[in-house]
Amino acid sequence: MSQITLTVNGAAQALELEPDMPLLYALRNHLNLNGAKYGCGLGQCGACTVIVDDKPVFACLTPCAGLEGKKIRTVESLGSAEKPGPLQAAFIDKQAAQCGYCIAGMLMRAQSLLERDPHPDEQTICEHMAGNLCRCGTHLRIIEAIKQVAGHSGSLT
Amino acid sequence: MCQGYGHPAAARIRARDNALMRRAQRCLWRNALLRGPVILHRKRLLYALALAQTSASAPFPGCYKERFHDPHFIRPATARCVFLPTMNSPLLKSRTLWISVAVLAVIGLVVAVALMWRPAIAPIKRPTSFDSAQLQRGARVVEAGDCAVCHTRPGGEYLAGGLPLVTPFGTLYSTNITPDAQTGIGEWSLPAFERAMREGIARDGHFLYPAFPYVHYRRMSAADIADAYAYLMSGPAVHAPARQNQMNFPMNIRPLVSFWNLLFLHGEPLTPLAEHSAAWNRGRYLVDGPGHCAGCHSPLNLIGAEKSSEYLLGGSVDGWEAPALVGLGQRANPWNREQLLGYLRADVVDGHGTPAGPMRPVSLSLARLPASEAEAIADYLLSLQSPHAVTETTPKKPSNPTDHSSGALLFSSACAGCHAAAAPMREIDGRPGLQNTSALQAASSRNFLKTVLEGVPAIPGAPGPVMPPFAASLDNAQLGALAAYLREQARPDQPWADLSSTIEALRQETK
Repeated sequence: MSQITLTVNGAAQALELEPDMPLLYALRNHLNLNGAKYGCGLGQCGACTVIVDDKPVFACLTPCAGLEGKKIRTVESLGSAEKPGPLQAAFIDKQAAQCGYCIAGMLMRAQSLLERDPHPDEQTICEHMAGNLCRCGTHLRIIEAIKQVAGHSGSLT
Repeated sequence: MCQGYGHPAAARIRARDNALMRRAQRCLWRNALLRGPVILHRKRLLYALALAQTSASAPFPGCYKERFHDPHFIRPATARCVFLPTMNSPLLKSRTLWISVAVLAVIGLVVAVALMWRPAIAPIKRPTSFDSAQLQRGARVVEAGDCAVCHTRPGGEYLAGGLPLVTPFGTLYSTNITPDAQTGIGEWSLPAFERAMREGIARDGHFLYPAFPYVHYRRMSAADIADAYAYLMSGPAVHAPARQNQMNFPMNIRPLVSFWNLLFLHGEPLTPLAEHSAAWNRGRYLVDGPGHCAGCHSPLNLIGAEKSSEYLLGGSVDGWEAPALVGLGQRANPWNREQLLGYLRADVVDGHGTPAGPMRPVSLSLARLPASEAEAIADYLLSLQSPHAVTETTPKKPSNPTDHSSGALLFSSACAGCHAAAAPMREIDGRPGLQNTSALQAASSRNFLKTVLEGVPAIPGAPGPVMPPFAASLDNAQLGALAAYLREQARPDQPWADLSSTIEALRQETK
């Protein structure tokens, strides 16, 4: 066990962790941030996607050691059930979720794209989202929701 | 014996010398043109002048030395070497001089035009009728030539160009080779297409950059070029104007490519060698002709041409190491025919792994061709012997064993899900252990690091393994620890020495 300080959604959290623990376990089991999901554990599905320093990463494959000083953001940073953020509102608007298991990862991957490029075209959106899978097959609605935000001139935050 | 500086006789001689030198300078270039380069060192010229003078009047031998101290003395030329003028050549005064100059200028112009100007070939209306057998053959040639690997950008229309090619001389964008009349090759006749393939000249006469491997395509048979032409002409026309290249000066001046061609563009269409089998000859044709393997697998010289003396001895492309293709069966981690066949067709093979980076689309192309093509390539490549004898080093542990515990921890955290011995991918799918892959066996750590940083991305519509990128998940120290740990398992006798600097360089490149 070693002491690792993770900065998650703006707050520094000192945790006693095994250094080989992937970030996903720290988020879910130690910080009760259950938005990011465990899907495949192999970096093939994207359900665990969170943002580390503006880049989307698979939390299931990212060791906690080495994340000290980096800004980690999870889906909980985008908004709440009462007050969803613009991207979350668009997902609701387009009814982009069926079972919803992949959606936290989808939101974070889309968020990282929109922060880098506020108005991506559909091609860019599809290429960027290719790493995240939806077993229910709502990809088309997910892309519609992202396009809705990309078309807005309003800011994401 | 030398007279003093202010002596009237010395002053007289100085004046005469200077007049002589002025005349010499005036006729310098005229003489140079007429007499050809009779080059003398400046000091020898002064001796020559002084001798001429002493033999004529020579009252004060040795006075020429004074010139070195005379501030008014006109130096014969700014350069260290000058042309020896012939003062009283009758040629100077005649019309011959100007005629010769004119002739030389015309010759220069003719040579420049012959080198740097190519005529346009008349546009034609897009031909449409080709027989289906020819189209099938053409599709295979286009696949073997990997045309789409460069001429299709990610997400772009097939063969419509737009892929950026980053070279040391600037960034090029591949062009549209669909049969669109305005932006593609719809107006190109077969002779225009064949000229482009063999000489690197576009239909309108402009020079193509050698990033287009016409150095290799010129070795193809006329029939293959005609078949490829038929296939390209029969495809859908896509309107996609070429993107503006961003080449650095002077490489942005296309006619200069003519000098490059003068140096490096040679070689005739390949003819089979009687002493080898048909398969071997086919392999050689595919490797040296359409496949243009040496484009990546040979080192390039300073102006971007393959070093013919180091044919297939390994090069680099987009930050990846393109390993040597000679002596494949002789190395410490040797290839057998079966492994090479699988690898060439994008399979995961035991002992080496699967093609990644720029080799992945090439192997996917080969996988779409009949298996006999990859077999021919394997036969040919395995016959190439390394010029260097294999030095099999006896494994010896480094004297002070390094602590790899952090690397081991990282492996269990980030990699073990797929790559541990008990991982489903290995148990069910039979994938090889990492320590047996070419990337970890190679002398250079580049390909291992590149694979971890960028992963093996999914190619839409193509089968094959997918590995996520770790560039954002691992920092440089972690990457180094992981690489050192896995290298220790693969080659305990030869740890990678240059890890941190290589990681730093690769991070800079992928920014």
